[in-house]
Amino acid sequence: MELLGYIIEQTINGLQLGAVYALIALGYTMVYGVLRLINFAHGDIFMLGAFIAYFLITKFGMPIYLVFIITMLSTGLAGYLIEKIAYKPLRNAPKISLLITAVGVSLFLEYFLSLNALFTPNYIAFPRPFEIESYDFALFTVTNIQLLIFLITFVSLFLVYLLVYRTKYGKAMRAVSYDREVASLMGIGIDGIISFTFIVGASLAGLGGILYGIAYPQINVFMGIMPGIKSFIAAVLGGIGIVHGAVLGGFIIGLLEVFVSAFISSTFRDGLIFIILLLVLILKPSGIFGKRIEKV
Amino acid sequence: MKKYVVIFFLLFFIANISYAKDTIKIGLITPLTGDVKTYGESARNAFVIALEEYAKKGKYTIEPVIADDKNDPTEGANAALKLITQDKVIAISGPLTSKVTIPVSDIANKNRIPMVTGTATNPKVTIYEGKRKPYIFRACYTDPFQGTVAANFALNELKAKTAAVLYDVGNDYSKGLAEFFKATFIKGNGAIVAYESYQKDDVDFSALISKIALKKPDIIYLPDYYNKVALIARQVREKGLKSTLLGSDGWDSPELMKIAGNAIIGGYFTNHYSPDRKDPIADAFIKRYKEKHGAVPDAMAALGYDATMILLKAIDSVKKPTQEEIMKYLSSLKNHKGVTGNIGFDKNGDAVKSVVLLKVEKDKVKYMTTINP
Repeated sequence: MELLGYIIEQTINGLQLGAVYALIALGYTMVYGVLRLINFAHGDIFMLGAFIAYFLITKFGMPIYLVFIITMLSTGLAGYLIEKIAYKPLRNAPKISLLITAVGVSLFLEYFLSLNALFTPNYIAFPRPFEIESYDFALFTVTNIQLLIFLITFVSLFLVYLLVYRTKYGKAMRAVSYDREVASLMGIGIDGIISFTFIVGASLAGLGGILYGIAYPQINVFMGIMPGIKSFIAAVLGGIGIVHGAVLGGFIIGLLEVFVSAFISSTFRDGLIFIILLLVLILKPSGIFGKRIEKV
Repeated sequence: MKKYVVIFFLLFFIANISYAKDTIKIGLITPLTGDVKTYGESARNAFVIALEEYAKKGKYTIEPVIADDKNDPTEGANAALKLITQDKVIAISGPLTSKVTIPVSDIANKNRIPMVTGTATNPKVTIYEGKRKPYIFRACYTDPFQGTVAANFALNELKAKTAAVLYDVGNDYSKGLAEFFKATFIKGNGAIVAYESYQKDDVDFSALISKIALKKPDIIYLPDYYNKVALIARQVREKGLKSTLLGSDGWDSPELMKIAGNAIIGGYFTNHYSPDRKDPIADAFIKRYKEKHGAVPDAMAALGYDATMILLKAIDSVKKPTQEEIMKYLSSLKNHKGVTGNIGFDKNGDAVKSVVLLKVEKDKVKYMTTINP
């Protein structure tokens, strides 16, 4: 009985982590879908979200719902600008140039923002916008922060699902991801769709950043690197370019991380996650939901 | 040609004249940015105060060179090389954390630069593979002692029967303390019910804490720096775990309470010094520090001050301040009256000193007791 409670509690821990990974992985996967680009700066937009939320709370004392809205709008704008400035001029260049630029943008954000005049390279305490409460059930405990994370993640995942599969924009996005040239011949504004995808992806990463800051109240400019890489692995695991694959991948990685720490040892955790990346790439490069094999 | 020779000799003379002022360069390596920046700021403030005091009555003009190690071993090693080869310092005060001090001390020792660290507690700072690094000294006690005191305190004072240990596997300081604590706790018939490690950049400890919560230990030992400890403490309390938290000198920072909030209240930690201890030298230092920096100095400041003062004392006490003379003087230093107590070096270059036990309370850290070696 005790073991059951333990497993339930660890599952909740894993879902909490997985929810954040799923939010970030969505951005990776959507951008890959329309542009065939792995946007390595995505993890840093996640970091940007956490910092913007931090400033909104501490400097302006904003109520939490406004913090969510403004942060998501700002990271969305950041995503838009990054695409316009760094990726659009290279749209017809070889794929490798785009990839290198993405790495460059990522490093630029990390090191430029770590200047003392901007965000500083220090670790900063993220303010809790509300008091934490834990609810003790017979077998396990849940905190209000975990519940908030689940609620917000599931609502936004549902909205993204509606957006991609039930709206005109979503249809256009899927068309672009299927075949960009033909889609443009059919009268779809490619640039607009790509910008739109970046905005949606970046605001989801920003949302992930706020939730992460609330859950683990300490932020710094390099905080986006590991979650970024793990979400990328989640997207690959689920099948890159596939929306529900990214979500499933995120939860699998989150649960796996927690269960490896819980039953083996936390020192094995990251190594094992990377082994999964290798195995997926060797055995089924298209991921869990992938059908056709992509040429990379 | 003749003209150049004349100019050359003139330049040589000018150079010699400026040397006649007897300027000595001393380096400070400390983390001014990054995850433990409050330590570095405290140490730098103390370093400045020490030099100001020296300037009043010292024999030489001291030119300080301050370098930021970001609490990163590579950055620290680069800073040390720069201080030694480019700035030509003759002695180094610092660094602060063990993981940076171990590589830096290797470099300083190889280049025969006397170095006194205020706060690096890991044994490997002064000893490498059983061999003493003769140029390296420290103004604090070592981790075997600190870990032992913490374990004995848990056993005898807190009457703990079971303990969990959670440490950073990539950090010599954290890992060393965890090992020494574990060994002593087991020797005292206590049971270590969980011995878990995490990695430097981890922020999610929920899996490990759920694992520990299953065992409900009396004590959770957290030998790490304040920012990690604060995060862990929060997550421990959020899981509804009531165990007493116990830690090491890495806890000593005003940031601890800021990040951890109520979660850390009731925790105990071993430290080098408490501002509550009454002592004329300490009181004078605390007063000066408060005047200049508007805060009560923490242990990092007190030890940084002591380390620098020991170096300055050595420079003034020897006939000619060469690196070797300073080293020789330090090797035989006994009974230096410092802010953190009387400091003398043993054969390993480690200070033999007492440990102070502190308790975290709502608005301050309270002095509990002093334990002598």
